[in-house]
Amino acid sequence: MKLVSYFRGEAFQRGVHPPSCKLTAERKIRRLPFPPKVTVPLSQHIGKAPRPIVRVGQEVLRGQPIARSDEWLSVPHHAPLSGVVEFIGLRPGMRGTWVESIVIRAHPGATQEDLWGRPRDLSQASGQDILQAIWDTGMVGLGGAAFPTHAKLSVPKQAKVHTLVVNGCECEPYLTCDHRVMVEHAHDLIHGIRYAMRATGAVRAIIGVEDNKPDAVAVLRQAIAWAGAGGAFPEGTIHVEAVPTKYPQGAERMLIMALFGTEMPAGGLPIALGMVVSNVGTLAALGALLPAGRGLTERVVTITGPGVARPGDYRVILGTPLKFVLDYAGVPAVDALDARQVILGGPMMGQAIGSLDVPITKGVSGVLVFRHEDMQEREARQTYPCIKCGECVESCPMGLNPSTLGMLAAKREYDQMGERYFLGDCFECGCCTYVCPSNIPLVQQFRVAKQILREKAAA
Amino acid sequence: MTQPLIEIRSAPHVQGPKSVETIMRHVVYSLLPICAFYVFQYGISALASILVVTAACLFAERYFVRTGTQAGRLSDYSAVITGLLLALTLPPGFPLWMGAVAGLVAIALGKALFGGIGFNVFNPALVGRAFVQAAFPTAIATYTPSFLAGRFTEFIPSSLAWPLMIPADAAIWLKAKNLDALAGATPLAKWKFDGVLANAGDLLTSLSGNMAVGPAPVLILVCGAYLALRRFMDWRIPLAIIGSAALTAWLLYAFDGVRYPNPFFMLFSGGLILGAVYMATDMATSPVTPKGMWVYGALIGLLTVVIRYYSGLPEGVMYAILIANAASPLIERITQPVPFGRGVLDRAKKRATYPLNPGYISREEASAVTPKKRFLPKKPKK
Repeated sequence: MKLVSYFRGEAFQRGVHPPSCKLTAERKIRRLPFPPKVTVPLSQHIGKAPRPIVRVGQEVLRGQPIARSDEWLSVPHHAPLSGVVEFIGLRPGMRGTWVESIVIRAHPGATQEDLWGRPRDLSQASGQDILQAIWDTGMVGLGGAAFPTHAKLSVPKQAKVHTLVVNGCECEPYLTCDHRVMVEHAHDLIHGIRYAMRATGAVRAIIGVEDNKPDAVAVLRQAIAWAGAGGAFPEGTIHVEAVPTKYPQGAERMLIMALFGTEMPAGGLPIALGMVVSNVGTLAALGALLPAGRGLTERVVTITGPGVARPGDYRVILGTPLKFVLDYAGVPAVDALDARQVILGGPMMGQAIGSLDVPITKGVSGVLVFRHEDMQEREARQTYPCIKCGECVESCPMGLNPSTLGMLAAKREYDQMGERYFLGDCFECGCCTYVCPSNIPLVQQFRVAKQILREKAAA
Repeated sequence: MTQPLIEIRSAPHVQGPKSVETIMRHVVYSLLPICAFYVFQYGISALASILVVTAACLFAERYFVRTGTQAGRLSDYSAVITGLLLALTLPPGFPLWMGAVAGLVAIALGKALFGGIGFNVFNPALVGRAFVQAAFPTAIATYTPSFLAGRFTEFIPSSLAWPLMIPADAAIWLKAKNLDALAGATPLAKWKFDGVLANAGDLLTSLSGNMAVGPAPVLILVCGAYLALRRFMDWRIPLAIIGSAALTAWLLYAFDGVRYPNPFFMLFSGGLILGAVYMATDMATSPVTPKGMWVYGALIGLLTVVIRYYSGLPEGVMYAILIANAASPLIERITQPVPFGRGVLDRAKKRATYPLNPGYISREEASAVTPKKRFLPKKPKK
């Protein structure tokens, strides 16, 4: 509905408006207690997994590096707890496979203060030094994709970056962790933005926030004015912009469209337009960690859903098993065998997990619990053949034709999907499946097709 | 140790409010006022026709779903839509047994043959109507005037014809009512064969006189607007059909105002509005691409006018839609949407908040001038 979106003043074409269900937007971030045992998977990010640099039985301090690698696209991990390395080997991972992990048992009675980091002065540091410092923190994108931040912020020699786009959209329903971080840690966020601007050489930063979070916009504007008055940066280089709420605004292409009115070339990166996009949670964490010289050992996670008694945004130690998290947040379901579905991430793109031994990792922004009764309506839905209503075409933010793609997938015409119908442009936002009246699992079919195409390309 | 039972499922984990049943149910709701108006016009004959045709469609649907020939279920309301629409396109005095044949054929040949809901190539209601048009050419061309006295107590005699018998002659019955045979001709037939032109305003409401017309186009447009606003139907197709039919008719009228009727007569006579709003918008048989919908609608509008003017038939909507149905896979193929980031790249939207290149740093600066044209940065030279 081009016409409607024009009158509504929507930022990018198509997309959907799922009910926002932000149950926890008003609640302050609280700390989750330290679990007796943590499981740190080695592969928590895109790129090569680092190797463990501790051995079983070794004592580690909170914040101490326990795994690292010399690869470019890889970051170190830090011990989230002071304790003893109990086990190094395979543990359940979020994708259902068992993954190489380090298990640390906490010292009973340890204070669990950060003992490892040493403060450093970055006020005169060059861009390269800051990138090195970012690598040292083990930071990855906390928005969900978990791409190593130092790699994202480093600009190739022939390119030039003028704008840092800070993504505070948080368009997924239920999730509020970025929202709370913006409200409660605005100053850390501005510090982080300054570091990122220096690392990339950007001359301006624009924070895009969806207009369903007016409090975050107000707090950020105030914090910027306050920091700017203190002379931390030239006035008017950091902006906050409220963009109209719509899913998937948080995708970097959509946010760039909303702010600059331009389409990012297909298959390109924002750097082609002279931009770098980063998530607010990532930059706020950087702003706190860099001057202290510490590593990433915890993150803010939204624990919510109809099945949670005490939903909220919690500061969780990385590696905390989900069972511990859910017990604390009050999921009676865990014992009553009533939790039907536990999802890591948001309801549109999140990953349903099959075991509660899976730990919280760097890329997990939310834990969502649905009960039996929440699933019933969805399960009662009949699946029909595609009736070609065109709803999916009207909702695909990438302008693809999911209807035809779905029919090709059913006939296993994967090559045609990739070549003629641009399957590779799909980023699996889930809009088509959300609106489909025939209840066809389109996104799942596309994932399978993409995997098959990847395997074909590799062979 | 018992592990909690949790399930794995593929994202997204939430689902939008619309389902096939809701869409079809709302189309049925929007058709009910139109059916009521039709019964108001023609009395119990129309009511019996609607009931018999719909029952025949449901019966056929149930049979084919039960035997596994076609997908879908009886409760998805799609067969009800087919039945109601088919009844609305048939003359009110159409023999009931022929109506039943039309309903059975509509589902059997129009839908079950292709595999059921979503797979049909042609609009099932129109397949049914095309079949009876070929099989019973006299009966389908026999219309009776609306708003006859006693229409709620007496059947039109041809309705109650025995199967495989010649229906009673409507002209004799009309004579008994002191109406001439011409009163039973549709406005389109009168124009085509006698050169008598009806007033477009009368056609729009269908209320004045004893015209042999279907339900009021204005009522159909209102019901269609409800569907379009609730997004149970696409607004592009009816708009394209009406626009293109009006444009073609107006061009011809401007070219030769004596030979061709005025465009308003073209729009509101016959089944053009019903076809544009309810028949052509059948989801399974129309293209899914937005551009394709415009092409498809424009094709129907053009074909309708051409068939009405230059063929031996007074009415052309049905064949225009069936031809466009056949063309819709081709239309879809040439109107694939351009994916995001693959089109012309140097157009920046007017509503953009920030220029792409920071020619200035702050919008708040007094001296800041927004550059008029925005460009992509030049490609770095290697």
